[in-house]
Amino acid sequence: MNISLNITTTITEFLSGFMSEGAANIGTMVVIALIYLAIFAVAGLYLVLLERKVAAWFQLRLGPNRVGPWGLLQTMADALKLVSKELTGTVKADKFLYNLAPYFVIVSSLMALAVFPFTKEFQAFDINIGLFFLIAISSIGVIGILLGGWASNNKFALIGAMRSGVQTISYELSVGLSLITMVLLTGTLQLSEIIEVQKNGWLIVQGHIPAIIAFMIYMIAGTAETNRAPFDMVEAESELGAGFHTEYSGMKFAYFFLAEFINMFIIAAVATTVFFGGWLSPFGITESIPWLGVFWFIGKTFMLVFLMMWFRWTFPRLRVDQLLTLEWKYLLPLNLLNIILMALIVWLNLTIQF
Amino acid sequence: MEKIIFYILALILIVFAIASVTSKKMLRSVIYLLFVLCGIAGIYFLIDYNFLAAIQLTVYAGGIIVLIIFSVVLVHHIEMELELAKRSKQLLVGLACLVGLGVFLTTIHSHEFNVVENSVTTSTEEIGLGLLSYETGGFILPFEVISVLLLASMIGAIVIAKGKKLTDKNDTTL
Repeated sequence: MNISLNITTTITEFLSGFMSEGAANIGTMVVIALIYLAIFAVAGLYLVLLERKVAAWFQLRLGPNRVGPWGLLQTMADALKLVSKELTGTVKADKFLYNLAPYFVIVSSLMALAVFPFTKEFQAFDINIGLFFLIAISSIGVIGILLGGWASNNKFALIGAMRSGVQTISYELSVGLSLITMVLLTGTLQLSEIIEVQKNGWLIVQGHIPAIIAFMIYMIAGTAETNRAPFDMVEAESELGAGFHTEYSGMKFAYFFLAEFINMFIIAAVATTVFFGGWLSPFGITESIPWLGVFWFIGKTFMLVFLMMWFRWTFPRLRVDQLLTLEWKYLLPLNLLNIILMALIVWLNLTIQF
Repeated sequence: MEKIIFYILALILIVFAIASVTSKKMLRSVIYLLFVLCGIAGIYFLIDYNFLAAIQLTVYAGGIIVLIIFSVVLVHHIEMELELAKRSKQLLVGLACLVGLGVFLTTIHSHEFNVVENSVTTSTEEIGLGLLSYETGGFILPFEVISVLLLASMIGAIVIAKGKKLTDKNDTTL
């Protein structure tokens, strides 16, 4: 079986059969954007379902099991309900910014989704600064949260937004530095080449000790960047109502909610690409069937997503000062030392290659 | 295609730059400024200078705009509006802007710009090597000077933020 997944060329060839070149180019962009929007929506909805199932499992419950077989259609039904809900707003809110805020969050996570190589071919945008582009894009999402919190004209929302800003700015540093540690090993920022390098062993094996430290720091900081428990001061229910999206209802709330889950997927997908070899199969067992790469990529990503859900349902919430102490007094110095360690290992050729 | 995208970006830049200085709500003008900065990043992407575009997004959009939003959120209430400047001040600023624009346009039009036929994407590796090379055309000296400047400003920020705590050695309760 040979499935062609090189989406850009396949679609361009198909469209240029009956269109001029310029129109085919624009058509390709539109089609690919629609494909990614569909992935976005479906992945978001099923991650919500997965979260609820995992939560139920951890708490010895059954979880949603009424709508569809094993509750598989539960989140679809929820989405329909949210679409049909009335969009309420506060009278004295800044309407323009209030309506703009969800789009910042959702556009930034959608843009990040575009650069992932799901297989060797299935990649919309193979930019030569891939990893850095991801870091740059993820730093914009927080603006949406800050705006949403401020424009709602609500004290809880404002406090939630400020906490989110503090948290995201601090932990972005750790995410960036731990990824830089791995870039020392790969020597390139382009995601397709990073995977190419890992054909001699996944980076977490190649870089052994410092790579494992970098992975742990990355997962902690990544969980914090998505504002999930145990780092969910942003929407701490017991203190702030719902945090920055207190005033949002219906679909606009759903945008924030979906973006949070997609961000979790993105963090896990970056970790998969950088530490666990992306679409490469373990020991090259399915190397002759390239399209199985999607399976490996998604499989590894969902393992990491499960890890983040495990965090969420096991650890209690941190306080704001504990959160900042963890970042600035422990993770950051550790990270800087780790970079030096990794540089030494690369310099002395102590990496493990197969 | 590229021409169309350029004109769209240019239109976005001009419209939001004007909106940013004319808006009477402070946070809105910050957001318009954000759009201007993103538009500049778009222009860098258009000329295939991806690294600079990503820097533009991280430093300006992700860093500076977030800091500005922080300070606005801390001091500004949602119902406040900025007051209008006096007529004489408006005229003066308008005149200064016109002079600036005039200087800019005459400089652009008095020089020939060569169109590069085959543009090559600059890779991050080349930028890194260029920054660290001490041969002709290398940037090691400005790179080091800027590092020292950044270190100095970081220390300065810590000293200001700590304030009294650094000098009062007797006060152990802090």
